Amino acid sequence: MAVSSTPESASVSASQKFSLPSIPWLVTGGYLTLMLLVPIAALILKASTLSLSEIWRIATSPVALSAYNVTFITALFAGLINGVAGLIIAWVLVRYDFPFKQFVDSLIDLPFALPTAVAGLTLATVYSDNGWLGSLFAPFGIKIAFTRLGVFVAMLFISLPFVVRTVQPVLQEAEKDVEEAAWSLGASQWQTFWRVVLPPLMPAVLTGVALGFARAVGEYGSVVIVAANIPFKDLIAPVLIFQRLEQYDYAGATVIGTVMLLISLVMLLAINLLQAWGRRYGN
Amino acid sequence: MAIDTPRFDQTPKPPSAAQPDAKSGAQTFVKPLLIAFVLFYLGVVLVIPAVNVFVQAFSGGIGIFLNTFTERAFLNAAKLTLLMAVITVPLNTIFGLCAAWAIGRNKNFPGRALLISIIDLPFSVSPVVAGLMIVLLYGRNGWFGPWLEANDIKIIFAVPGMVLATVFVSLPFVAREVIPVLEEIGTEQEEAAKTLGASEWQTFWRVTLPSIRWGLLYGVLLTNARAMGEFGAVIVVSGNIGGKTQTLPLFVEDAYKQYHTQEAYTAAVLLACLAVVTMIAKAILESRTGAKTGVGH
Repeated sequence: MAVSSTPESASVSASQKFSLPSIPWLVTGGYLTLMLLVPIAALILKASTLSLSEIWRIATSPVALSAYNVTFITALFAGLINGVAGLIIAWVLVRYDFPFKQFVDSLIDLPFALPTAVAGLTLATVYSDNGWLGSLFAPFGIKIAFTRLGVFVAMLFISLPFVVRTVQPVLQEAEKDVEEAAWSLGASQWQTFWRVVLPPLMPAVLTGVALGFARAVGEYGSVVIVAANIPFKDLIAPVLIFQRLEQYDYAGATVIGTVMLLISLVMLLAINLLQAWGRRYGN
Repeated sequence: MAIDTPRFDQTPKPPSAAQPDAKSGAQTFVKPLLIAFVLFYLGVVLVIPAVNVFVQAFSGGIGIFLNTFTERAFLNAAKLTLLMAVITVPLNTIFGLCAAWAIGRNKNFPGRALLISIIDLPFSVSPVVAGLMIVLLYGRNGWFGPWLEANDIKIIFAVPGMVLATVFVSLPFVAREVIPVLEEIGTEQEEAAKTLGASEWQTFWRVTLPSIRWGLLYGVLLTNARAMGEFGAVIVVSGNIGGKTQTLPLFVEDAYKQYHTQEAYTAAVLLACLAVVTMIAKAILESRTGAKTGVGH
């Protein structure tokens, strides 16, 4: 297919580009400009009307620094824990058979499908002091809802599917022969796992962790409900932006929003590089 | 060489006869342990919170549950939620098809990777930042603010702004799902149709669309779920005015904050049912195509 049709399809699409198909191109370009690029430009240009010292002052104010700290450190923990758990879940779903496996597999998508406000509401109830899970921790003096642990629980919930869904296809294609070869050459189960199974999965695991981390960093709906949103305690950066907007502090919202936008651009780049690495590994 | 071969032939036998005892001994211990861990982890992180939504909603009896349905603010929120989906889904579907065509049917144009990244951008931008952008653009102090005010057009704290925010966050889904399908089916059938005299439109409706329908449907499904469920981006631009600019997710939070927990859970159950329908439809689509669909965000 690749050999015979490439020159043909190239010539067809080249001739199409100048005739009718310019409509899809126009729609794509126009829609992206109107819906995405102009709003992004509005944010960056608004930030550029402020002086550099003003931007620096707002971006590094104590309350902002503490919000970045809560957001990124908590999201990192949630991403890493789901990295390990997601790898195990993917392994179990691909390699083992057990009753209701199909149901368990479908369940993984719940955080994608469930609106974040609902997730926040039910987590706030379940992890409150007299909730189903919160009451197990309350006797030890551990409060989860309305503390930083609540932020963590919400981030753990919403970032769960990413690693499972990035690792599953890679594991499905991995050849069992190599593992069996390692076994028959006398490698122990641990050695087989560390030296043979894990290395080709690493790009997929890291991509999943990065995707989950990026999602957790930007999360608003579930966290704002399950946390108390107190500055210097459990206030995350997206909630801080929202509070600044509510106080009509557009400069404050814009600067912190720009910081968050730049970080998500860096994350997007990192994810693209990880995926390219994974493709090279696959070939 | 000649000496190695028989040895190689023999070695696989003893391990598969003798060693499996030791290894399957370890295996029988590892397998149930890992399955137990997965069930426990998913049970705590996902299942208990999900079950709790339904238990709380019906804890006061079906009468109290149904009571919420007569409330004006609730009905208005339900109506607005449907409106978000009705406007957003067709817009993003048309865009997604065009973008998927442009990217999937043209393999080598400069900036192709960049274009894909731009389309993916809403997945990595925080919804609150997305809402902020729209406020900065259409708000009173925004770029178009003075012009909009002069012409008496309200976008922020009104439905149009909420639609723009919803479109922003759910923009990538259709394109994301359709691009890989378009790449996989190739161009042979389309070229055959064209050679046989079909017009562009005929080729699209009769040849391309039927072969991408499952991927397209899944993209539409995800767009719909996100459009109905979006919270962060919408609350920033809507002002969250009860009975006016409140969708169901916003109603959930507002009711909870005002200690109307029962009402919050009634709305939450409706949204949870949407999630269940989405997940079931996804499972059905996957069994039809026989392939795992990609990561939906």
